[in-house]
Amino acid sequence: MFVHDTLLNRLKRGCATMAYPAGPAPALPERHGGALRVEAAKCQADCAACVAVCPTEAVTRPPDRRVALDLGRCLFCAECVKACPTGAITQTGDHRLAVRRREDLVLGEAGNEQLRLAGVLDEKLRRLFRRSLKLRQVSAGGCNACEADTNVLGTIGWDLGRFGIQFVASPRHADGLLITGPVSKNMELALQKTYAAVPEPRIVIAVGACAIAGGPFVGHPQVHNGAGVLLPVDLFIPGCPPHPLTILDGLIRLLGRLEESGRKTG
Amino acid sequence: MNLPALVLQLLLLLLLAPLVSGVIKNWKAKLQNRRGPRPWQVYFDLAKFLRKDMVISEHTSWVFGFAPYVVFLSALLTGLMVPMVHLPAPLSLFGGVLAVVGLLALGRFFLALGGLDPASAFGGMGSSREMTLSAIAEPALMLAIFTVAITAKSTDLSQMALSTQSATWKLLNPAHVLAFAAMFVVLLAETGRIPVDNPATHLELTMIHEAMLLEYSGRHLAFMEWGASVKQLVLMTLLLNVFFPIGLAGPGAGAAALGISLLAYLAKLLALSAAVVVVETTNAKLRLFRVPDLLSAAFVLATLALLSTFLFH
Amino acid sequence: MNMNDFSATLLTCALGAYVAGIVGALLFQRAEKLANGVGFGLAAAGGVCGIFACASSLATGAATASQSFALFPSLIPYVRFGLRADALGCFFGMVVSLLGVALSIYSLGYVRGYYGHKNAGVLGAFFNLLLLATTLVFLADNAFFFLIAWELMALSAYCLVSFEHEHAETRNAGVLFFIMSHLGTGCLILGFLLLFQASGSYGFEGFHALGDKMPAARRNVVFLLFLIGFGVKAGMVPLHIWLPAAHPVAPSNVSALMSGVLIKTGIYGLARVCFDFLGTPPNWWGVTVLTLGTISAVLGVLYALMEHDLKRLLAYHSIENIGIILMGLGAALMFLHSGHPVLASLALIAGLYHTLNHAVFKALLFLGAGAVLHATHTRNMEDLGGLAKRMRWTTLCFLVGAVAISALPPLNGFVSEWLTYQSLLQGFGTTTSLIRLMFPLSGAMLALTGALAAACFVKAFGVTFLGQPRGDHARQAREVPFPMLLGQGILVAACVFLGLFPTVFLKLFDPLTRQLTGQQLSQQLTMADGLVLSGGPAQGGTVSTPGIALMLLCLLPVPLTLWALFARRAGTRIGPTWDCGQRGLTPQMQYTATGFSKPLRMIFKALFRPRREVQREYDFSPYFTTTLRFESHVEEVFQTRIYRPLRWLVLRASRRLRALQAGSLQAYLIYIFVTLLALLLFAL
Repeated sequence: MFVHDTLLNRLKRGCATMAYPAGPAPALPERHGGALRVEAAKCQADCAACVAVCPTEAVTRPPDRRVALDLGRCLFCAECVKACPTGAITQTGDHRLAVRRREDLVLGEAGNEQLRLAGVLDEKLRRLFRRSLKLRQVSAGGCNACEADTNVLGTIGWDLGRFGIQFVASPRHADGLLITGPVSKNMELALQKTYAAVPEPRIVIAVGACAIAGGPFVGHPQVHNGAGVLLPVDLFIPGCPPHPLTILDGLIRLLGRLEESGRKTG
Repeated sequence: MNLPALVLQLLLLLLLAPLVSGVIKNWKAKLQNRRGPRPWQVYFDLAKFLRKDMVISEHTSWVFGFAPYVVFLSALLTGLMVPMVHLPAPLSLFGGVLAVVGLLALGRFFLALGGLDPASAFGGMGSSREMTLSAIAEPALMLAIFTVAITAKSTDLSQMALSTQSATWKLLNPAHVLAFAAMFVVLLAETGRIPVDNPATHLELTMIHEAMLLEYSGRHLAFMEWGASVKQLVLMTLLLNVFFPIGLAGPGAGAAALGISLLAYLAKLLALSAAVVVVETTNAKLRLFRVPDLLSAAFVLATLALLSTFLFH
Repeated sequence: MNMNDFSATLLTCALGAYVAGIVGALLFQRAEKLANGVGFGLAAAGGVCGIFACASSLATGAATASQSFALFPSLIPYVRFGLRADALGCFFGMVVSLLGVALSIYSLGYVRGYYGHKNAGVLGAFFNLLLLATTLVFLADNAFFFLIAWELMALSAYCLVSFEHEHAETRNAGVLFFIMSHLGTGCLILGFLLLFQASGSYGFEGFHALGDKMPAARRNVVFLLFLIGFGVKAGMVPLHIWLPAAHPVAPSNVSALMSGVLIKTGIYGLARVCFDFLGTPPNWWGVTVLTLGTISAVLGVLYALMEHDLKRLLAYHSIENIGIILMGLGAALMFLHSGHPVLASLALIAGLYHTLNHAVFKALLFLGAGAVLHATHTRNMEDLGGLAKRMRWTTLCFLVGAVAISALPPLNGFVSEWLTYQSLLQGFGTTTSLIRLMFPLSGAMLALTGALAAACFVKAFGVTFLGQPRGDHARQAREVPFPMLLGQGILVAACVFLGLFPTVFLKLFDPLTRQLTGQQLSQQLTMADGLVLSGGPAQGGTVSTPGIALMLLCLLPVPLTLWALFARRAGTRIGPTWDCGQRGLTPQMQYTATGFSKPLRMIFKALFRPRREVQREYDFSPYFTTTLRFESHVEEVFQTRIYRPLRWLVLRASRRLRALQAGSLQAYLIYIFVTLLALLLFAL
């Protein structure tokens, strides 16, 4: 009987959800180098090898400092890692990338070799959203890779629902927006109306290089170079696309749920 | 009217209703091989909705803000008329099963109006479908109830429960089993569960109950959701305590009997929730125009139940 | 002074007021405002006298001992203008008087819309005439007077229906009403003749309990004749086709009166004939009435759902509610047959209470529709919307009416349906034959009707009053003048009181049931000092509408506490409706009335047989249409299957018979000769 077989099969399979964050994080795939680390001290004086190979001008050699790597514009293609003769830019293999402020994504200054990771929301919002956060996803004109990796969080292996985080159908039910894509001109009105439809207090989460700074589409006349141009963003999750683990880490770190599972912030 | 019993039953309703929804969600997740939200997640959701601001559409009238209170209060009132742990229910004098069905219809009326008020196409669609399906489900519900009422010679819920309690073999009486089956299908329809409606869907064109709630936010949404879960609890309690009043404490029972009754009630609720979870997991949502076929099948079951009383009397 | 005299005097005052209203309205035709005020003011006064007369008669029990008195001596033999205010007549007299008051006050404001292009005085005069005739129908004590009043009622109703005779639709509706009414009257005349034959006189006193003395076959024929005759007037399926045509085209105060009272004359007639005249009924009478009632109820509401004309929708709902009343009456007949007078009284009370309730809430709804028509000049729901913000009081009144007609607690519709359910359920135990299955099945169909009615009124109220206005008329609507609101307000108060205090009104039914079935039930049905309504037997079902209303208020602190605990600092912002980020919602994007009922149209396809026509015009490719015309049409199954073939048969037969009108003088002379021969032979 169908019902009988289905039930037996499901019960035999058991729980397929990963233990993280109560257990170790799943390993990143080989091609994923994780967060980047910049040691400006190793930079040579008139070397601009990394600048030449970067497709989105994420790494620059501004006059006031040796080198600046903006992880918000970075596509994590690792060309700069290969191009650097001194190994100033390295991959750490760390999946944690989310930050609260845009300036925290710019590496290169002394003391800023690595990302200063996202802290928790302010107390009032933390108390409100800690156990129950509902998000409205807005896909603002990107390639859909970030949406796909966000969608993966709803599958049985990741199970976002166990943290009380849920994607909802109506912005009226939502506590915030999760924006992906560079916000094309065609999606500007939709994004603004969606934000206006969310009741306060609300947060905005920008996922992916496009939503933070325009990604591969940066500078194009038909895009707005990221959601930060139009809305106040509370959480930036860089990547192209960010690994689901990165997105999950960012979300639960924002809610301050990471401490309970016995892991410390970096 | 027993005031302590009324207050206690009110508290039980308010606290238990979200938990039942949470348990069903959690067990559904478990059967889908994932951990799922905790059963008490629903409480956190409700508390958060209550604390949030509201955004109200410019096209709505006072009916929009009035509806959540009608839905919430009518559901609570029906809960007080249905015996949960103790016979008779605190407000059993104020109405029996007909008043319960009538009050639930009152809540549904205003819920549907709340869907039409914001001038949104989704809300109108939800209202239209909700009213249609509840109309088709009503004859099956009433016929199943009448079958029991006829045997008990009363529409008073305590009488119906007592009459089923009196003879144990009555529990396996064909009339009762068929009426129970019919009412189970109606329960699925009225609480918006698969195969009639998918409570977790995001596609507006597949929504029935959710579509009417798309414009609600903040505490209005909290009252709507809470009211819906109270209605679900009331219908489940109706189903359980009328057809399987095992362990239900009679009038004048002592604390021990009440404790046993409460445990029995919770056990029965969990069993019924498990049945709902199994049905939701092993079935797909029906196309909208296949649902009347399902509800007609429920009506046929109820008619058969009625005919069975005939044969066995 | 004897109570009987008191009510008799008041009655005469009421009738006099109506006559004065007719005369006054006609006299002051030229001065519109005066005609309006005089005509409807006197009608209201007559109504007030009528209410007091009938209610006091019922309350003090004088109704059972009432004697008939002659209004004024008549010079024609056999005809006696006698009135008898017995319990049944008083009850219906109270209904018509209550409605008369509310509707007359409403008309004072409504008729202002006719100033300048129609004759308000004529409207007032015919309105008074209709009230007068209807009151006389209920109080007449002999068949002749009854028929005279009946015809007067039909004629004045015809004149009122055809008031706006400039439109072809109105003229046709009037003619249809006229024809159907006279078909019914014909059956009534035959029925009364048969009763006269058995009794020897025309008085209703003589007809009392006549049925037991008549041979069974003749009794059945009498029953059928009266069922058809009164059924036409009541709007019983399949004799109802005039209702959805006539009610929408009449002025709204007239529609309210027709739906509220005129169709109840059919119920009065049936109750009078079945319970007073024909003695103990055989079972098949009750079964027939119950079945016809159930079918009327279900079909009435199904066709109502397909309508987007507000008044036609309400007309179909009248058919539905007449069905519910007939269910109560049919059940009562069945209980009388099986020897359960208590249950018969319960069913009778359920049916008659629903008569009163329906009169009140249907009139309220029609007055609301009239207010909408007055403000927006359209009955088409598809052009309305957003009136809740522009016509606040009318919205509230219509909402009360909608909740009442959907049988939702704690209003009056719920109470009478509850009583009907109780009588049906208790009926299961009255017999052991298969017939008893009818009771729960009828109950299930009653539940279906109630739920479909709720769906229909969500549609009617939601599409008309909520959302955005779908047209300019709706956008520019303004609240109606005060008399119209007052008239609606009176009926709202009546709905609320009838719903919250049923036990008080039950006392009024005692003389009625005592007269018709010999039982008095108000004691049995009341519990807890009148706060709880019981279904009769001990341990039976109980309901308390005041309790429900009170508890809903008492539970209000629960959400308010939650608000205070959690949401005190939460704010509210007004924003646009969520439109998925589009440029904005236009009124055309809302759900329409036709769209709302589409699922039901699909589910009941076999009954409705919807016809859909799409015509498109295009220049070079059908995918780039320049003009699109969509028509969706549902025609009543009775029209297509019964009346249209019938009409065709009649016309065909008459065309054949036309051959007799040969036109030649010789042929006519032969006809006369042959007839003369035949009569001479017959005389031999």
